[in-house]
Amino acid sequence: MKHRIMLRIGPASFRIGSAWRQPIADLARLYAAYPQPVDGVADFTVRLEPTRPWRRFIRPSVFIGGDHMLADAAPMALAHGLLAAEMGMNMQMALGWRRHVLLHASCVEKDGKALVMTGESGSGKSTLAAQLGERGWRLMGDEFALLEPETGGVFAFPRLVSLKNQAIGVMQREAPEGRFGPLMRDTPKGDIRHLAPGAEAVARMDEGAMPALLLFPRFGFAPDIREVGQGEAFMRLTQASTNYVTLGEAGFSALTRFVTGVPARAIDFDSGETAIGMIDRLWAELA
Amino acid sequence: MSGALLVAVLRNPAEAADLVPAEWNALIAAARAERLIGTLAVLLQDIAVPTSISPILTDARGEAEREKRQALWEADRAAAAMASCGVPVILLKGTAYAAAGLRAGEGRFIGDLDILVPRDRLADVEAAILGAGWEWVKPDPYDDDYYRRWMHELPPMIHKERDRMIDIHHTVLPLTARQTPDAAAMIANAIAIGHGLHMLSAEDRICHAAAHLIADGDLAGGLRNLWDIHCLCGEAAAVDEGFFLSLFERAAAHGLTDPVWRALRLAHRLYATPVTAYRSPISVDYSLRGGDRFFIARLLARDGWGRESRKLLRFAFFVRSHWLRMPPMMLARHLWTKWRKGHRPA
Repeated sequence: MKHRIMLRIGPASFRIGSAWRQPIADLARLYAAYPQPVDGVADFTVRLEPTRPWRRFIRPSVFIGGDHMLADAAPMALAHGLLAAEMGMNMQMALGWRRHVLLHASCVEKDGKALVMTGESGSGKSTLAAQLGERGWRLMGDEFALLEPETGGVFAFPRLVSLKNQAIGVMQREAPEGRFGPLMRDTPKGDIRHLAPGAEAVARMDEGAMPALLLFPRFGFAPDIREVGQGEAFMRLTQASTNYVTLGEAGFSALTRFVTGVPARAIDFDSGETAIGMIDRLWAELA
Repeated sequence: MSGALLVAVLRNPAEAADLVPAEWNALIAAARAERLIGTLAVLLQDIAVPTSISPILTDARGEAEREKRQALWEADRAAAAMASCGVPVILLKGTAYAAAGLRAGEGRFIGDLDILVPRDRLADVEAAILGAGWEWVKPDPYDDDYYRRWMHELPPMIHKERDRMIDIHHTVLPLTARQTPDAAAMIANAIAIGHGLHMLSAEDRICHAAAHLIADGDLAGGLRNLWDIHCLCGEAAAVDEGFFLSLFERAAAHGLTDPVWRALRLAHRLYATPVTAYRSPISVDYSLRGGDRFFIARLLARDGWGRESRKLLRFAFFVRSHWLRMPPMMLARHLWTKWRKGHRPA
């Protein structure tokens, strides 16, 4: 394809081609510190193509293609091209990754131990991870945590943090402007701005960590902490995993080990500061 | 063109040793797009590949194993469901190859479960399958009516718990197609493969595959289907010296001489399938004939990013697939109906 880039994010590598220059230029800037795939061979191909030949020029419309595709994926505006590229990479992982149990979760690390946070879109897990990443924790990822069946360790997938709506303002106060992507208004998920992880997150992306605490954050409620039993944690993790069913017995064993070894709490919070206070307390107590 | 690269490596896996990274990327993308990645991974199992390629191929082999397990379980469930009506389960395509341990099944992507049943027992089978948890997929009455009047299979059904599709065939090609293969003879000659399952005879397997590749459909997934034919031929010919004679005999009986012959010419050209030429009692050679080059160009229409190329040729084959299936007036009526319902060719 005319415009292209290759990059490696943790254990997965991508080859991204685009009919337009801008999405690749944005990727090149924000992923500048990232390594190239080993041997120049990528695990996955992502394509940003016009939905119809003329839609490359007239009212450009981006279809997200690649090795793994969803037939009914909605086309996107070229102004949201960076988001399309990120969605394309996520789609490859969600549909094609088999080397780890893929948990739809954010993840940060301290002292070699990992804090895993999972919840629905809007739960605040992404923003919390990004905030912790600026406050002494190592950001491992805001979208996927990769659980290794053989060791029970968690591996990082530190792609760009996807900040939505109010979270954009929150993080603009914490991270330097140079690490932000373009502000994309009125995407299917509202306003979105991407934030490149800090230098340490990128430099140590290949380091795994043993999970020490599992949290189910929920933003917009009166502060509260609730214990989560192993059964409930297991069920919620199966729902948060894109490849649990596919991995079969390996997935079952990995999640069983995870919930029997890692304490789990649900936390409700109404501000980032409250949540971070809770996390510090729980971490000192349980991890 | 990466279609050609994929074919070259399938034909001679040792060629993979010399690939540069850009070629690997193109090969993997094309193999995934053609759903041949599992097959490729099995063929490259004992070839030295770059360290970054090994995990990709290992994943693909694992995925193919999973597909196979799932497909065999579906076949088992269908057999259990149909036990009550006393109709034998004759497996077609991927599931048959996997269940019988044929080379064509190694690493093969397996989609739906396809079975063949006698047309006069269709109502019993339909009732048995519906009673065991499968449900109709197509809610559109036009589609349902179309299948029942003109197609070689019932409208697809999906299992409500396992989410897997079953296609129940009662003959080989749509009822409107020009050829009318003898499905009753295929059923009569089917072979038991254990666990209450059956598959077509070696000759009929190829007749069936060639009919679908050449005389039906638009060659989407054609490289995979041609690879099936390549493997089926190689395996059958290895144990039966006169195999191609009996194949042409069966093909003639089904009215499928032309599609089978063309499929063998294409397989021989692209995959170096070992075929036998004859002077007598029939005269058969495998040099390319008029029109074959369009089929080859269409089969190889895949670029290094896994994209479909040669859009015009693809469209021509799409039109051809409909032309083969229906007389002109019926085709016009069908396309008009589908167009009004908002369907557009890709």
